[in-house]
Amino acid sequence: MSKIVRKFVFVAVIVFVTLVGVSCKKDDKAVLNVYNWGDYIDPDTIDEFEKEFNIDVNYDTFSTNEDMYVKIKSGGGNYDVLFPSDYMIEKMIKEDMLLELDMNNIPNYKNIDDKFKNLDFDPKNEYSVPYMWGTLGIIYNKKFVNEKIDSWNALWDEKYKGQILMLFSQRDSLTAAFRRLGYSINTKNPEELLKAKDELIKQKPLVYAYVGDEVKDLMIGEEANLAIVWSGDAAYMIKENNNLEYVVPKEGSNLWFDNVVIPKGSKHKKEAEEFINFLCRGDIAAKNAEYIGYSSPNKEGVKLLPKDIQNDKVAYPDEETINNCEIFTDLGDFVKEYDRIWTEIIGD
Amino acid sequence: MVEKALKKFYVFLIFVFLYAPIIILIIFSFNNSKTLSKWDGFTFKWYLELFKDDEIMKSLYYTIVIACLSSVISTLIGIFAALSIHNMKGFKKKIILNINYLPVLNPDIVTAISFMTLFKFMSMNFGFMTMLLSHIAFNVPYVVLSILPKLKHMNKYLEEAAMDLGATPLYALRKVIIPEIMPGIITGGLLAFTLSIDDFVISFFNTGNGVTNLSITVYSMARRGIKPELNALSTIMFSTVLILLLLINKRNSKEDGGGLM
Amino acid sequence: MFTIIPLLLILLFSFTSGDIQNITELKFTLTNYKRFFDPVYIKILLKSINLALRSTVICLILGYPIALIISRENIKKRNAMILLFVLPMWMNFLLRTYAWRAILGKNGFINYIIQMLGFSSANLIYNDGAVILGMIYNFLPFMVLPIYSVLIKIDNNLIEAAEDLGANKFKTFLGVTFPLSVPGIMSGVTMVFMPAVSTFVISRLLGGGQYMLIGNLIEQQFLWVGDWNFGSAISIIMMLIILLSMGLTAVFDKNKDKEGGSLW
Repeated sequence: MSKIVRKFVFVAVIVFVTLVGVSCKKDDKAVLNVYNWGDYIDPDTIDEFEKEFNIDVNYDTFSTNEDMYVKIKSGGGNYDVLFPSDYMIEKMIKEDMLLELDMNNIPNYKNIDDKFKNLDFDPKNEYSVPYMWGTLGIIYNKKFVNEKIDSWNALWDEKYKGQILMLFSQRDSLTAAFRRLGYSINTKNPEELLKAKDELIKQKPLVYAYVGDEVKDLMIGEEANLAIVWSGDAAYMIKENNNLEYVVPKEGSNLWFDNVVIPKGSKHKKEAEEFINFLCRGDIAAKNAEYIGYSSPNKEGVKLLPKDIQNDKVAYPDEETINNCEIFTDLGDFVKEYDRIWTEIIGD
Repeated sequence: MVEKALKKFYVFLIFVFLYAPIIILIIFSFNNSKTLSKWDGFTFKWYLELFKDDEIMKSLYYTIVIACLSSVISTLIGIFAALSIHNMKGFKKKIILNINYLPVLNPDIVTAISFMTLFKFMSMNFGFMTMLLSHIAFNVPYVVLSILPKLKHMNKYLEEAAMDLGATPLYALRKVIIPEIMPGIITGGLLAFTLSIDDFVISFFNTGNGVTNLSITVYSMARRGIKPELNALSTIMFSTVLILLLLINKRNSKEDGGGLM
Repeated sequence: MFTIIPLLLILLFSFTSGDIQNITELKFTLTNYKRFFDPVYIKILLKSINLALRSTVICLILGYPIALIISRENIKKRNAMILLFVLPMWMNFLLRTYAWRAILGKNGFINYIIQMLGFSSANLIYNDGAVILGMIYNFLPFMVLPIYSVLIKIDNNLIEAAEDLGANKFKTFLGVTFPLSVPGIMSGVTMVFMPAVSTFVISRLLGGGQYMLIGNLIEQQFLWVGDWNFGSAISIIMMLIILLSMGLTAVFDKNKDKEGGSLW
């Protein structure tokens, strides 16, 4: 009897102590709960923020927009600041999950480049402030690909059989098919969707694999010669292997944004807005841009970056390229059709 | 002689198979480049970065705490559950058995979301407790799965014999039954610990502010690429456990019977 | 009973449609189940079962000898061996699977050696083999542990008795050791088959996305599409299939009722 009881008591004590220890952390200081993508901020900026504003930051990470959405929707976690992507913000606004921002508390918003304000998913920037952005395009290895690539059609070219990498991401891979056929990347037309499906099924024998972030290792290691990637990753890959080149196809592509928002139910709105304002400071934006390697929408921040990054067409493409791209919109219920099509493509 | 050599060779092969990726991880933890595709020079920098990285250290802390707690608690619960199931008869037994195994049969995302919904229903605050509870809940069936076969194996008259000889039921439990099923208990505990330490889906959906574990941290880097600090961490964890093992075994070789039991 | 309520919830979801967040708005319907009986999904189901079955069988074939060999060692050695066996599992699953990519890739470790020896690189990844290898790698300890823990408790006297009665090693194994280890085998098979069928990470990382398995499908439903109802329905169907197959094997095991599998 005593042995078991002893074990139980021992365990109970540990549990108690741990619980007390864990919950004792945030007593007198103000607190901010941040939920962001993994490795998507310079940790130094968090330290700076904590010191400057005397606020304790709890920093958690998620791996996809959808994971984050399920957690927030189901009330699993009280966060004050989130970093969703464009279409997810649109969805969250529709479902009344975000708090309106008081722009008076975010004066540094003026540092954001005008061309990234008032975008379709948040027309008056009432709920979100841009954090990072980029394009979707093709990266290819000059050593093995003897022509200049400028079109999505290259991914359907027979001579690259077995050398092509597509993304295991429904909308990104479908973007390639849609633009090849001249359709909008947000189309809800069932016929267009079916045609895109046929294209991707036709393409399957040429594809080496559908991958996630391994695309970077694979291209750097020269195990494949063409791939769909985001501009931020492309910049990193080119640095590691300068045989690589990135291009946004002439048919147009996807322009993506990750913005900062405050979810409903946040109990620290003031601190959250201070944080957002902090992120919009030129020097902080520059720090984050350099650490993450993606493109910053903060024009003051960009000015502080090394000249060769500012002039890098991969990270900071010209107006024409940007205007040729579309931003993802929330598909609402239609996402079920996309999913079905994708299942048929992969499961074939 | 040949048979012995063959056996040794087979075991060797299997262990090579098991450890190959670990070796790769260890090697690359010293790689100067972030990518697994090329070798850029030997460096210790990731180890240094690791200790500066608050997030990873925090995840490590929670991962170990939850794994230890949940494996101990679920083993205890599992022992009693297994004992009571074993003593049931017939139809009732079958039903309880199968209900017990349902979490094992479910894909973990389903278990994860169902727990999450349950906790929300109960208006619990997500955080340490919810993560711990969900870990215990999915570990218990595995512990039971490990202990039941041993109970079946056990001579059922052993308990009666002990009591005939004057032992109280509890004494019989402690001194006779538990030692008999000890391998099952250890296996169950090991299993629970292993499952807990590496769990992503269930933890992700059932945790809250400030509480995270290693798997969640690793998975959330999926979009950006795995930080080599994680390789460094894995190497350190691996070597620590290995050294502990060697130490324990060495210490026990001085006592008779040796080993872990 | 902690385990029952979540399951009832899933059952509920599978039979309904409508917004999950407002429990009161759920309408009872069988459409979720009907949707599943579409050739696309059935094909996926069969493929998943196929891969999982092959992995489980190979796990059994590879794992049983190891369990046997380790169980025969002396107590100190075998404890060490079992721990060493389980140790890799404590390293993060995702990291280990990534590492396999580095080993099996076109310019990976194995191909590096093959090319040094003068052969052309082999296609070791992004195919059935790689996915099965990944599954075996991750689930082998789950097969070995239960079998091992049953084997070490087999009364040596029984084995001696059999040998005294004239049976050679092989016969002893078949007639005594193996039957007694069946409960362990049953546990092992369960613990491997189920995760194998529902995993999605392995098929994605090592299969190059050429594989849409049930696990991927369910994950997609819950996360991407937000259709928890359909996702739940698929899970319930999966569970039923597993339970049915367990039930079938139990029928064969009927006469071993006392020593029989731990599931029925």
